[in-house]
Amino acid sequence: MVNLTIDRIPVTAQEGTTIMEAAALAGIPIPHLCYLKGINEIAACRVCVVEVEGTERLLPACDNVVLEGMSVLTNSPRVREARRTNVELLMSQHSGECMSCVRSGNCSLQTIANDLNILDGNPFPKDLPVDRWDKEAPLFRDSTKCIKCMRCVNICDKVQDMHIWDVEGTGGHTNVNVSLGREIMNSDCTFCGQCIINCPTGALRERDDTAKVWRALADPSKTTVVQVAPAVRSAWGEAFGMTTEEASEQRLAAALRRLGFDYVFDTNFAADMTIMEEAGEFLEQLTHPENHTFPMFTSCCPGWVRFLKGQFPEMTGQLSTTKSPHQMFGATIKTYFAELKGIDPHDIFVVSIMPCLAKKAECAEPNQNDACGDPDVDVVLTTREMNRMFRADHLIPGLLKETPFDAPLGIASGAGQIFGVTGGVMEAALRTAYYAVTGTNPEPDAFREVRGFDGWKESVFEIQGKQLKVAVASGLGNTRKLITALKKGEVQYDFVEIMACPGGCSNGGGLPIHEGFNLTPERAAALYKLDLNNPIRFSHENPGVQEIYDNYFEKPLSEKAELLLHTDHFGWEMPAGPNHQRKA
Amino acid sequence: MSRLSIRTKVQSQAVVEGLYKDVERRIAASPPGLCPVDMAASFLKLCHAQTCGKCVPCRIGLGQLGNLMEMVLRGDGDEETVDLIEKTARVIKNSADCAIGVEAADMVLKGVIGFRDDYLEHVRHHRCLASLNQPVPCVALCPAGVDIPGYIALVHAGRYADAIRLIRKDNPFPTTCGLICEHPCEARCRRSMIDSPVNIRGLKRYAADHAGEVPVPECAKSTGKSVAVIGGGPGGLSAAYYLALMGHSVTVFEQRKEAGGMLRYGIPSYRLPRKLLDSDINAILSTGNIELVTGKQIGKDETLTDIRKRFDAVFISIGAHTDKKLGIPGEDSRGVISAVELLRAIGNGEKPDFTGKNVVIVGGGNVAMDCTRSARRLGADRVTCVYRRRKADMTALPEEVESAVAEGCEIAEMLSPVRIEADAEGNAAGLVVQPQITGPFDRSGRPRPVNADAPERLIPCDIIIIAIGQGIESRPFEEEGVRVVRGSFGASDNGSILEMDGVFAGGDCVTGPATVIRAIGAGKVAAANIDEYLGFHHVIEAGVDIPSPVMKDLPAYGRVNLAEREAAERQCDFELTECGMSPEEALQESGRCLRCDHFGYGVFKGGREHVW
Repeated sequence: MVNLTIDRIPVTAQEGTTIMEAAALAGIPIPHLCYLKGINEIAACRVCVVEVEGTERLLPACDNVVLEGMSVLTNSPRVREARRTNVELLMSQHSGECMSCVRSGNCSLQTIANDLNILDGNPFPKDLPVDRWDKEAPLFRDSTKCIKCMRCVNICDKVQDMHIWDVEGTGGHTNVNVSLGREIMNSDCTFCGQCIINCPTGALRERDDTAKVWRALADPSKTTVVQVAPAVRSAWGEAFGMTTEEASEQRLAAALRRLGFDYVFDTNFAADMTIMEEAGEFLEQLTHPENHTFPMFTSCCPGWVRFLKGQFPEMTGQLSTTKSPHQMFGATIKTYFAELKGIDPHDIFVVSIMPCLAKKAECAEPNQNDACGDPDVDVVLTTREMNRMFRADHLIPGLLKETPFDAPLGIASGAGQIFGVTGGVMEAALRTAYYAVTGTNPEPDAFREVRGFDGWKESVFEIQGKQLKVAVASGLGNTRKLITALKKGEVQYDFVEIMACPGGCSNGGGLPIHEGFNLTPERAAALYKLDLNNPIRFSHENPGVQEIYDNYFEKPLSEKAELLLHTDHFGWEMPAGPNHQRKA
Repeated sequence: MSRLSIRTKVQSQAVVEGLYKDVERRIAASPPGLCPVDMAASFLKLCHAQTCGKCVPCRIGLGQLGNLMEMVLRGDGDEETVDLIEKTARVIKNSADCAIGVEAADMVLKGVIGFRDDYLEHVRHHRCLASLNQPVPCVALCPAGVDIPGYIALVHAGRYADAIRLIRKDNPFPTTCGLICEHPCEARCRRSMIDSPVNIRGLKRYAADHAGEVPVPECAKSTGKSVAVIGGGPGGLSAAYYLALMGHSVTVFEQRKEAGGMLRYGIPSYRLPRKLLDSDINAILSTGNIELVTGKQIGKDETLTDIRKRFDAVFISIGAHTDKKLGIPGEDSRGVISAVELLRAIGNGEKPDFTGKNVVIVGGGNVAMDCTRSARRLGADRVTCVYRRRKADMTALPEEVESAVAEGCEIAEMLSPVRIEADAEGNAAGLVVQPQITGPFDRSGRPRPVNADAPERLIPCDIIIIAIGQGIESRPFEEEGVRVVRGSFGASDNGSILEMDGVFAGGDCVTGPATVIRAIGAGKVAAANIDEYLGFHHVIEAGVDIPSPVMKDLPAYGRVNLAEREAAERQCDFELTECGMSPEEALQESGRCLRCDHFGYGVFKGGREHVW
């Protein structure tokens, strides 16, 4: 242990602790902008500088460890001067258009500028970089808001191992841009959105598609249908300061109704259908192993699909052809539901509320149009965009009376709920696969071994004497390791679930953003609770799903199911990644 | 009113002059990889500030050039902007009144032609081609990519054996390089921005002197593949070392009695004692996967074609051992010998006796200095090094020249050899030289010597040593199909020889006579690519953890230079002349390292390749 004082307060900290961490233990939060624990500790913003008595230079608290006898001052006159000046310098290269910024109220730069009471009269003239970004891309970047903290670069390098972002140029012209001189739409970016949720300012966000939704809602000829992904329900209320209990699914449905949607459905319903199709596909493969290359990969995460097609295109054929739940749902709404209601599918406008950025790219894939030729899903909104719509309509969701999702596509099993967390798709699929093989249900929690936040998990289960080797990975860095090991023959699996975001959709790139802490475990716990409390724990027991198969799709993998619920992953081009050439 | 007054410096001028020195050092410490357009624009700003303001091209033109370049940097300009920059610079160069404008415009002009692609990338794609791939300047400039901040930190921590392990990850000649490396790493040391470069080589030597015997890592599991290395010099032995660690079975063919190449047969022992060279070579051989076959010359005793049949891959690293001739009358006189011949004889332990003789050395490089200082040690009465350019233009390291002079050797500059006079028995009796005058600059950036309007002179002497460069004995290999480009083997960046599957080459025989560390780097590159060629991907790592850096104040501090034994004493023997650092000096000097592996860009982009 090391003894020191911080602002004259005696502190004891473990050897190797940074001054920043030691100060936090003593109740002194040292302001910072670029620091992201374990990922971006590059001491670039120099906002966290402190004075160590006896040292002439000010030291960044994030990048210096405590030493015995050290006397640290976090508010000496020199520190105050440096902190304020460095923030003023950052502001001189920041547009400062807070009133038109999605991160207003949730921006580290804005917070620190306010905290430092920097009111007007920044002594430094504005010196904004020129912004040239393809505004059509799902991922939106505004270089006039970038503070070059490099978190995006390091998240993409160290966690996702995708190296999409890089520093460009040198000297005063240093900028962050897509690496290797590429444009974002020509790059192998998976659109996982991890850079967005780790950006301290409004420099990175999703392409805002709310205007398209408002237009549809205002169009009397359109029947507007909205569906909500599993992970959304455990996170949406965070932006309104609601507890998990307050931010219930029913309240979410009520709020969406208030926006004017004609039908509010639950993507979990389609998650149950996904399980029917995917489990069916998997069992078919197990029955005819000679026709298939194992493992079969899940296909519900579009970030992952983009990853595989970009990095290991030769393995694309191993992806389950089952559509992701919301795409499946879009196709079902524009066929089955349209027929049921007697509506021309061209007049139906389907909106998906997702925890995800990559879904924006997915719904625009040219072959996701099986229902009527129009896109099966018209617009994907991130949870953040949905919340902005609620704000625009001055809703106070906590005060809304709970209303259920609409029937018949609003019923969901607990198995569908857990799609929103790493391991969830695997667990849900195994529950149904077990039933399909044995004719009896397993214990609902029989496959809980695949839960947890390890980046790469593996399990072996026995179903009717047959051993099944499965693996679950989340985060693309972990995924690359898994795929590389598969290719080298170091591991063999039958079935593999991948989610691009570390921890799964509960850490999705489209969820509310929190600086300095990560709510993924809490969000995941909320989903498992919903699963546990759901009287239906098996996708195949969802009465709505049973009904739709009875009335429309007949059975999993039927001709109609193949047409509407499955997709051809070879039907669109994904830019190949330099990583593919480098590491394959 | 005084009629005249004594000029005194005003304080501001004194400060500015201090700043000039700071800028000089700072420019020297520019890391590789900066945006050249940005650098040119910055230089231009400095040039513009020097303008007196009288003439239009310089006063206004340089400023407008700067504005145009700033447009390019912001991505606002187009290709016409680049053309306008070129035209404006040309006009300024042609029409300015004095060097301030002419040279400033010329700098821009050189750039607009020399790195036009960078200009065009900015205007076409609003992007910059520059990138700081290797953020640590010393590592970026070391041909072998040795982890310099890492081993300096280990020296500072007193972990000398770990320092050697870390160096060996990229360079299996730590002891040798501690003594004779040309230390390109020091050229851009960021410490220059404060005072002067860290004495990197001196610290490496300190590590080697104090580490004791450090065992080499264990070899990987045998791959069953065999590699022939032709030439047992630094390049060949480096490749052999890494290939052995990777589990390949290596045979090194050395044409002479012992391995070491130019380290043994080119560098005199007063710079590199044989015992110390042997310690590096023995460590390399101690991997156990290397068979050393001496006294066998490939191309004569066995053909390359046969070697290719016997081995899965071949690395050619035969060095540059043939001597170049002056091509003047009398060169075949007795007593005229080549530098290679002299140094090889000394390396073989057959020291000629120059007692009482007058010796003349022709040349101005490090080999010439080695011959000069060796001649002194062989008992020569007078030693004169004749060079046709100025002493300042010599390519030898300045400290080598200085040491030679201190040992009583003469540097006779600005003299071009014309012919060698011989006595009736055919023994060399003197070198006739034509005095030179320093002339216009040539392509190498040095002034070309031209004949002065002065009569020829005779330098009486008994021995003449020609040290004007070496060539490569390429013919036997060329006859077997190895591509030869301008006298050297044509190998690609990865060391492979085009159109010859499985044949690689590196070192002096590819680059022409160069430095030891370049040969070592070439050996390392070849080892990696031969491993891949053989279908493997072994990694080389040191397994040494590096002490964490501590941020501290940076007061300017003197650089510790290595002393030499007294000239009067050292010129009488072939013992090592250079003295190592004291513990006190090593601690202080290692503390000067700025740890660019961490501070600055290092902590962001990673200042270290742990494996390769």
